[in-house]
Amino acid sequence: MLTEDNKRAAFRALQDRIVNGEGRASPEQRARAFSNAGLSPPLDGLLGKVATRPTQVTDADFAPARAAGVREDELFELVICAAVGQSARLYDAGLAALAEAVAGEEDGNAP
Amino acid sequence: MRLEVLNRGYGPGAKLLFAVIRLVSRQPVPDAARLAFYRPDFYGSWAKEFTHEAMRGPSAWSVGDRELMAAYVSQANECAFCVGAHTATARQAYQDAPKVAAVLTDVDSAPVEDGLRATLRMLGKLTREGKVGAEDMRQVLSAGVSRQQVQDALAVCAAFNTTNRLADAFGFEVLSPEGFEAGAKYLLKRGYR
Repeated sequence: MLTEDNKRAAFRALQDRIVNGEGRASPEQRARAFSNAGLSPPLDGLLGKVATRPTQVTDADFAPARAAGVREDELFELVICAAVGQSARLYDAGLAALAEAVAGEEDGNAP
Repeated sequence: MRLEVLNRGYGPGAKLLFAVIRLVSRQPVPDAARLAFYRPDFYGSWAKEFTHEAMRGPSAWSVGDRELMAAYVSQANECAFCVGAHTATARQAYQDAPKVAAVLTDVDSAPVEDGLRATLRMLGKLTREGKVGAEDMRQVLSAGVSRQQVQDALAVCAAFNTTNRLADAFGFEVLSPEGFEAGAKYLLKRGYR
């Protein structure tokens, strides 16, 4: 059993703020950007790249969203949600692997 | 940066702060700092709190170790801005440029402790492949790394997987070597808050 530390709690607070707090993009859009699921044009290309191939993002990836009238403050929020969402999945995957590795060793030597 | 709001959307307080930073450092304000000051109630304040906790909060890892992890994760993500920034910060923290260069060239042969080496390998795999298994973690633990240290390293990994993506997506300008050195000096003196 792993205990939630201050670092994890601070990350959860960030995650909760950007997805559920006040914003210019709707909470539903932010949740989809965060989970990189259920996205449709003109946002799916840009936000998918932010999550999985960020070095390939170019100016052209922003163009369809701008042309469709998505405002800059919405793009700001949705790109952040996509980036934090992918990081959250990595964080969760690492913690799950650690929990599995120490399962059954609760009386072992690890602090 | 690719969004005009990140280039021009700042109030008088942030503009004054940027002017002071330019005056004191004699370098441009890094885009990472500019991002943190745009609508800080949405992202910057919360991200600074988490990143400061991960990079400067209590941990058995030294500041140099955590800055090296940040550079290593950034290298795995091929994020030029963050590699430059955190390579410089790790070098200054350790006062050992060859050690940092050796890790980023070949972690297997670099002159670091086995626990740090195993942790860096695990963070690199998680970042590149998106997953690690229990066996990867057992290798880290068997190298003498505590559970809490693994958790602390995963927090660094999360912080820089976020920042790397934002640097690439928003188009952070890569600084000069002098700019990165000035930024590193600030991060070691003041942290991420």
